[in-house]
Amino acid sequence: MWDLELDSVVAEARTAFESGKTRGFEWRKSQLEALLRLLQEKEDEMCKVLEQDLGKHRVEAYRDEVGALIKTLDNALLNLKKWMSPEPVSLPLIAFPTVAEIVSEPLGVVLVFSSWNFPLGIALEPLIGAIASGNAAVLKPSELAPATSDLLASEVPKYLDSETIKVIQGGPQVAEQLLELKWDKIFFTGSARVGHIVMTAAAKHLTPVTLELGGKCPAIFDSLKSPRDKKVAIERVAGGKWGSCLGQACIGIDYLLVEEKYAATLVELLKEVIKEFFSNSEHLARIVNKHHFQRLCDLLQDQSVADSIVHGGSVNPEKLFIEPTILLDPPLDAEIMTEEIFGPLLPIITLKKIEDSVKFIRARPKPLVIYGFTNDEKLRKRIIEETSSGCIVFNDALIQYMCETIPFGGVGQSGFGQYHGKFSFDNFSNRKPVARRSFILELSFRYPPWNAKKFQLIRHILHFDYFGFVLCLLGLKRQNYRFSVECW
Amino acid sequence: MEGKTSNEVFNREKAEATVKELRQSFRAGKTKTYEWRAAQLEGIARLIKEKESEITQALRSDLAKPEMESYLHEISLAKSACLFALKNLKKWMKPEKVPAAITTFPSSAQIVSEPLGVVLVISAWNYPFLLSIDPVIGAIVAGNAVVLKPSEIAPATSELFAKILPEYVDSSSIKVVEGGVPETTALLEQKWDKIFYTGNGKVGRIVMAAAAKNLTPVSLELGGKSPVLVDSDVNLKVAVKRIAVGKWGCNNGQACIAPDYIITTKSFAPQLVEALKVTLERFYGKNPLESADLSRIVNLNHFKHLTDMLDEENVSDKIVCGGQTDEKQLKIAPTLLLDVPHDSLIMKNEIFGPLLPIVTVDKLEDSFEIINSMSKPLAAYVFTKNKKLEQEFLSNVSAGGILVNDVALHLANLYLPFGGVGESGIGAYHGKFSFDAFSHKKAVLSRGFAGEAGARYPPYTPEKQWILKGLINGSIVALFLALFKRF
Repeated sequence: MWDLELDSVVAEARTAFESGKTRGFEWRKSQLEALLRLLQEKEDEMCKVLEQDLGKHRVEAYRDEVGALIKTLDNALLNLKKWMSPEPVSLPLIAFPTVAEIVSEPLGVVLVFSSWNFPLGIALEPLIGAIASGNAAVLKPSELAPATSDLLASEVPKYLDSETIKVIQGGPQVAEQLLELKWDKIFFTGSARVGHIVMTAAAKHLTPVTLELGGKCPAIFDSLKSPRDKKVAIERVAGGKWGSCLGQACIGIDYLLVEEKYAATLVELLKEVIKEFFSNSEHLARIVNKHHFQRLCDLLQDQSVADSIVHGGSVNPEKLFIEPTILLDPPLDAEIMTEEIFGPLLPIITLKKIEDSVKFIRARPKPLVIYGFTNDEKLRKRIIEETSSGCIVFNDALIQYMCETIPFGGVGQSGFGQYHGKFSFDNFSNRKPVARRSFILELSFRYPPWNAKKFQLIRHILHFDYFGFVLCLLGLKRQNYRFSVECW
Repeated sequence: MEGKTSNEVFNREKAEATVKELRQSFRAGKTKTYEWRAAQLEGIARLIKEKESEITQALRSDLAKPEMESYLHEISLAKSACLFALKNLKKWMKPEKVPAAITTFPSSAQIVSEPLGVVLVISAWNYPFLLSIDPVIGAIVAGNAVVLKPSEIAPATSELFAKILPEYVDSSSIKVVEGGVPETTALLEQKWDKIFYTGNGKVGRIVMAAAAKNLTPVSLELGGKSPVLVDSDVNLKVAVKRIAVGKWGCNNGQACIAPDYIITTKSFAPQLVEALKVTLERFYGKNPLESADLSRIVNLNHFKHLTDMLDEENVSDKIVCGGQTDEKQLKIAPTLLLDVPHDSLIMKNEIFGPLLPIVTVDKLEDSFEIINSMSKPLAAYVFTKNKKLEQEFLSNVSAGGILVNDVALHLANLYLPFGGVGESGIGAYHGKFSFDAFSHKKAVLSRGFAGEAGARYPPYTPEKQWILKGLINGSIVALFLALFKRF
């Protein structure tokens, strides 16, 4: 059922953009400040909806979503003027007297699709980029996180300029209708399956897209000499697997790779940390809905997979909760090892030598991130040079999300396009080169009718042979290039 | 050598086999080394030097391109792209150290550029040498294996590539596939790590839709109607020469960044038209159809597309200069038209030929509405000495690139990104932008094990929340506590 109101909402955003109101520094600053106020004033409400939608503990909600957004906004506000100023470009002497710069301008009206696992963070993080670069924006939050979607729909218009920043709620039908319209950019976070649909729709209008997808993010766990290092590493692995949205994170650790002789120790250490951190399930998120809960349970149905469980495995359908579960060497062709898990099941795959992890990873689609817990410089070098992923993090997990100086995005099956920090600003901008020439210094040999002498002059100039150029100009150089006869 | 030979057709199986071979080559790590990349670039530089006259000949055959244009716009630009890449290769390949954020303290970060893998370059017919070799140079410099599909509408250049490129580069990683729609379709069905397409919007959509099947990123270098705003305060003689050479000196207007139409004031138009007429005669003589300095129209199809524009009712009577055509030679003279209807074919579609409509307005500020009523072009030009008008132009006109007081030159500058926006395309290249277009910028974040923030982990307490809040707000106290407090 085509919703005409939707069309008119988007049309309003376009008219508002064309009026030029989003382009000035003041407007952008005011919107970012308003968003900051929204996060600060509605922190309680936000944590509450995240708890409703995903069972996130308040501290997790703050750390991963509200707080992360505040950091992004602080950084954007601090740097906005700098990001907006044209970049001078130095040109070679031959271009004299040309002056050039690269001017960033907004693309226009952009569409942001958010995912359900970080329904606040992944909705607002791209929106911040869109606003900072001067665009009008339509945000479609995920309908699978309904409380957050409702909150965004009700609060964003109260704080932000509702003519230019719109929140449109709904499911696949609404998304489909939005995709029929012409946008100047589409930013999508979600699964590869829907990523295909988004990009195919975008192709009809030649709309550039950014696809933030997922993948099976491996963590290579090397032997670490110091017990303290080992403990910290295990804590980070545990945090990186279960601490954020109960494993339902695109950059969450999907599976571990470890040398077989260390596997048993690793399992024991993990069990200890699970006990220390996650005994109280109130401090863990839950599975988003029945569909995903069932999907995860189904992963354990296969007998050979179930047999490989060495810790956990219990599920609570009423609470949509699955406890942190460790599996040791499930079959590599089982679905748990071929599909992105997106849940609290952690397969540990053992290898003869840890260096084999490089080959293992290379044989599989490129993930969003590869984690390497190792102090071995040689292994690190091999990971960097022989694997490909959106990013690599050594000795920690998830934390790259908070580092706004590095680009965040995938490659291959994990997507394309990057954001965070200035990368967000650039993602939603058209970087337009502007070159200025003056009327003095006119080179007559640029113009037809052409002849051998003009040709010779051009050749000198383009070879940076200024001396030869001058000689030729003065008629002192013998023409050693013949124009081919046909030309005359 | 791939492509159409007497009985072979380049079909899906052959396309699959080609990609498979390239993928094996890429996975073996061959294309990633500095040595390989430098060797390929040196090979291309040699090709350009040694085969200059063959290239010029092919361009003359395909487009009757004057030798000067072949040199200026294709050969020399290809050469400088190649040499610039060779000069900067080592620097570009080095990882870029970046500061790490305080929220991840202590950590170190860098951005490593890595090749995307196996890429497809589909070239256009109007600068068939340059628009093939330039993206291929970009693909190589970034360490990829590459298939080049030159345009079949410039068959002599396409054949030349198929014949000579394998002699100068590593043909296990760089291949040429010739052909038209069926061959291109077969190629587009394969999985690529990037597709780089130069051409028109209609095919651009097909390319992007095909890429979507494999989530392949694309660069689309398309076209549009590049406007030229001309103010009356300029040095008219110089301005007109620059406009003329940018229009008719660039493949007789068949260039994506050639001026498509002029906008000027009603009062200035007569002077502008006169100046253009004088310049055109000086450049191309009294019988431009006989000038050796004008390219011909590429083929009959395109010739008809242009004559249809000229023959339209209410348009043919607006010709103020030129209008001569010769179907047998596929030549059209430089033609000026004054105030054609806004809804005419010539004003609705990208002209891509030697017809130059002049649109007049009462005051120049009125031109922005006209320009913005059309889709965003690849380039936009303004001739003025008035800083205010210049600034308004910059702020109001969105285009791939803007040049003030000249035409087309920015494309020759390797320090400026070259690409479109909106209907004129996605992505940019030239110089380092080419390297970036074919690379994945991989962030590498390293942390040590010292300084563990126990506040990150459950069981959560209000105190942990306080510390996390402080960390996020950049509080040094919180950072101190975060790092050293044991829970």
